[in-house]
Amino acid sequence: MQAAIIVFPGSNREQDVYDALHRAAGKKPLKVWHRDGDFPKADLIVIPGGFSYGDYLRCGAMAAHSPIMREVKARAEKGTPVLGICNGFQIITEAGLLPGALLVNKTLKFHCKDVHLKVETSQSVFTRGYNAGQVIRVPVAHHDGNYFADKDTLDRIEGEGRVAFRYCTAEGRLDQDGNANGSARNIAGLFNEKKNVLGLMPHPEDATDPLLGSTDGQGFFQGLVEALA
Amino acid sequence: MSKVGLNETVSADTARQFGLDAEEFARACRIMGRTPNFTELGIFSVMWSEHCSYKSSKVWLKKLPTTGKRVICGPGENAGVIDIGDGEAAIFKMESHNHPSFIEPYQGAATGVGGILRDVFTMGARPIANLNALRFGSPDHPKTRHLVEGVVRGIGGYGNCVGVPTVGGECNFHPSYNGNILVNAMTVGLARADRIFYSKASGPGNPVIYVGAKTGRDGIHGATMASAEFTEDSEAKRPTVQVGDPFTEKLLIEACLELMDSDAIVAIQDMGAAGLTSSSVEMAGKGGLGIELDLDQVPTREENMTAYEIMLSESQERMLMILKPERQDLARRVFEKWELDFAVIGRVTETGRLVLKKDGKTAADMPVGPLVTEAPLYERPWTSAPAFPELAAKDVKAVEPIAALRKLIGCPDLSSKRWIWEQYDHLVMGHTVQRPGGDAAVVRIPGRNKALALSTDCTPRYVAADARRGGAQAVAESWRNLTAVGALPLAITDNMNFGNPERPEIMGQFALAIEGMREACLALDYPVVSGNVSLYNETNGSGILPTPAIGGVGLIDDAAKSATIGFKRAGETILLIGETRGHLGQSLYLREVLGREEGAPPAVDLAAEKRNGDFVRAQIRAGLVSSCHDLSDGGLLVALAEMAMAGGIGATVALPETLPAHALLFGEDQARYALTAAQPDDLLAAARQAGVAAQILGKTGGDALTIRDIGAISVAELRRINEAWLPAYMAAAS
Repeated sequence: MQAAIIVFPGSNREQDVYDALHRAAGKKPLKVWHRDGDFPKADLIVIPGGFSYGDYLRCGAMAAHSPIMREVKARAEKGTPVLGICNGFQIITEAGLLPGALLVNKTLKFHCKDVHLKVETSQSVFTRGYNAGQVIRVPVAHHDGNYFADKDTLDRIEGEGRVAFRYCTAEGRLDQDGNANGSARNIAGLFNEKKNVLGLMPHPEDATDPLLGSTDGQGFFQGLVEALA
Repeated sequence: MSKVGLNETVSADTARQFGLDAEEFARACRIMGRTPNFTELGIFSVMWSEHCSYKSSKVWLKKLPTTGKRVICGPGENAGVIDIGDGEAAIFKMESHNHPSFIEPYQGAATGVGGILRDVFTMGARPIANLNALRFGSPDHPKTRHLVEGVVRGIGGYGNCVGVPTVGGECNFHPSYNGNILVNAMTVGLARADRIFYSKASGPGNPVIYVGAKTGRDGIHGATMASAEFTEDSEAKRPTVQVGDPFTEKLLIEACLELMDSDAIVAIQDMGAAGLTSSSVEMAGKGGLGIELDLDQVPTREENMTAYEIMLSESQERMLMILKPERQDLARRVFEKWELDFAVIGRVTETGRLVLKKDGKTAADMPVGPLVTEAPLYERPWTSAPAFPELAAKDVKAVEPIAALRKLIGCPDLSSKRWIWEQYDHLVMGHTVQRPGGDAAVVRIPGRNKALALSTDCTPRYVAADARRGGAQAVAESWRNLTAVGALPLAITDNMNFGNPERPEIMGQFALAIEGMREACLALDYPVVSGNVSLYNETNGSGILPTPAIGGVGLIDDAAKSATIGFKRAGETILLIGETRGHLGQSLYLREVLGREEGAPPAVDLAAEKRNGDFVRAQIRAGLVSSCHDLSDGGLLVALAEMAMAGGIGATVALPETLPAHALLFGEDQARYALTAAQPDDLLAAARQAGVAAQILGKTGGDALTIRDIGAISVAELRRINEAWLPAYMAAAS
């Protein structure tokens, strides 16, 4: 599997996801600078976490309008899997690849901590390494991860089985205690219609090494590698 | 500072407004051979400010040991450099941003982080960890909540955006900081040992390059402000606080590190305090050369800036470099890629003079050497405060231990700081082995098994009661915290926060704290490689508790073997290492439970520190220790409670009857550790052989912390109390 990680000015978790993919695939991903004219062929496109353009206008808004995102959208439409993590989720949402918006956390604060996620489906390239209903522990690190969409959109997303992960308690309860940032219906990760685009706020890439406290993110990358090998 | 007109004639009176006294002004005139003009006077004033010249502290700082087999570069450069093996170096420093953070907490703290990051990546290191040591006033003080909120948001806002994990630090409260908080930020970076970049200019004719953000009118005279006491109207100084832009800093880090992969850079220096002035003067001064700058070429973001304003601006995210002329185009391309300003603003000369041009005219022309070497140096008078008398345990009331424990683990200084560190991205980069909340943070070196252990430490109440002991204790505690995670402590950076050095009793605190630190550094083979001095931490004549904050860096060969504080499993033996004498003077028990700030601080037996620490480290490395915690604030019972909370496992301990229970449980004797072991016999035998005091206290297990014949408290209740205070305090209306 050849993964390409897109680097914007202000991206800062590109190395984390690079390491996780490298570990899982045994093959080095490519880092693609946003202004590189030549966007190589890739089996997986990753938009990593960080503060692209300082998040100064609105998280992800400026990167979403950069020329390289037109190419990302075109490839996503042709079926290339696209993964947006944290700021990457914000960018692909701003770019219109996913519905809704990511608002400021309900606490109005940045939070860096482990959270629990319930895997909603194993039926995707991104989640096939897990069982539906499985609870995993991975970190979050964001200020604006509070997923919002209007009721009709939420109902449609749910109806189409497009929720990938939900915030939950350690026991797997989907209540406000387990909702890390106030997201609508505890949504932590979301697919597009064809399920080849995933946006998620938590960082499975920072939970792939036993030394760092959790390996629950390994299934995510192993599943991807198996699907795209 | 009152407004001084540009055309005003410079006089001793102008100089005084700039913070130079009559003697210093006379010296400046003598060096110039004439009366300096307005711009030149500004340059003298910032270069000779306490902040830049260390004029009150230098004679004392020289006493600190700064060399060792691991030291590649000691104090005097942007940061200290130590050898961590495998051809790699750790570069680190801690620096204060106290006054700006009090005036404008968000920007003050944010730019403190930005400044210390630049000190480290200027030398060629990728920053891999940030820490911060924070001291706030009494929680009851009307400003405290607002300051905590702003400082924490500022540190997070900057560090999170640049993508450097904020992995540790400390946060205390005391009324002495009501009008003068302390915000000390530390950065640790990683570089190749053969690729360290220094600031010494060389090669007359080489171009001087300005890179980074544009220059504005912000922060003019920040260094001078940092060198004066606070008064009621200090908040009117808000315009002298700089504004940070972490996004530009992130680009600057990447651009500088990319350029450092080439051989283009001759010398590089960040523009920190006193901006373009100190960077150009220091670079030329170190090279024994001159520098000529055309200030019309400096990228500015405001119109009609004068030479004075450009030279004294403390706008952030800027660097000054001297390049090989043939590499100039390569360098320009790198900075253009990162969309940063890149301007050739001058050249290195052989004249030994700083010459500034503006609008085609000479705006300043002054000798570089004397600006640096003839800076005033003071041996300020000092007095030693009368020692606080020792306080015997029998003169300290015994409170029921479980009630006292509840009070202690819920008090502002010991309560969980989760509310703070969860606002910091402590995981980015993916190498954080030990997160905040333990004795030291542990950060793995990318691509290696080894890791660095990092902590910041100081017990200001000890230093206030006995500066020499307190200085030694701060160093010893740093060493102990690194040891407790299994690291070999290598070197420290110090951030000396004190009051007005013109007062002999304050100068005495400084001098004696240095003496104590010196003794500890020597005994523990723990040299000082960088540091920062922040004096005049007073408001309306009332000084802070003397606070020599120590930032320690240690090395763990195998990150997988680092020890953590949490109990791991039930049925393990709990041991106490080190001797307990029940010292309650200046203890948190005394202050928090009985409301008394009295007595002498605990004695620091450096030989015992070394012996006990070396023993504990060896046992951790041998794999005989399942959890380990240093004993410090609050003593033994607090340490056991913290180990139980971190592990989610209780314990039952029995007390030896050698001492009264309150002295045994809450005394703050030094050189001690609590640890757990599955096979304690081997450990006890090794202790006997090493001449280390070790005793069995009890066993882990159950869901409560039980002291036989005294009482018990559940781990859940401990956690509830420990986690409650700070969030509740911050949520309450001001």
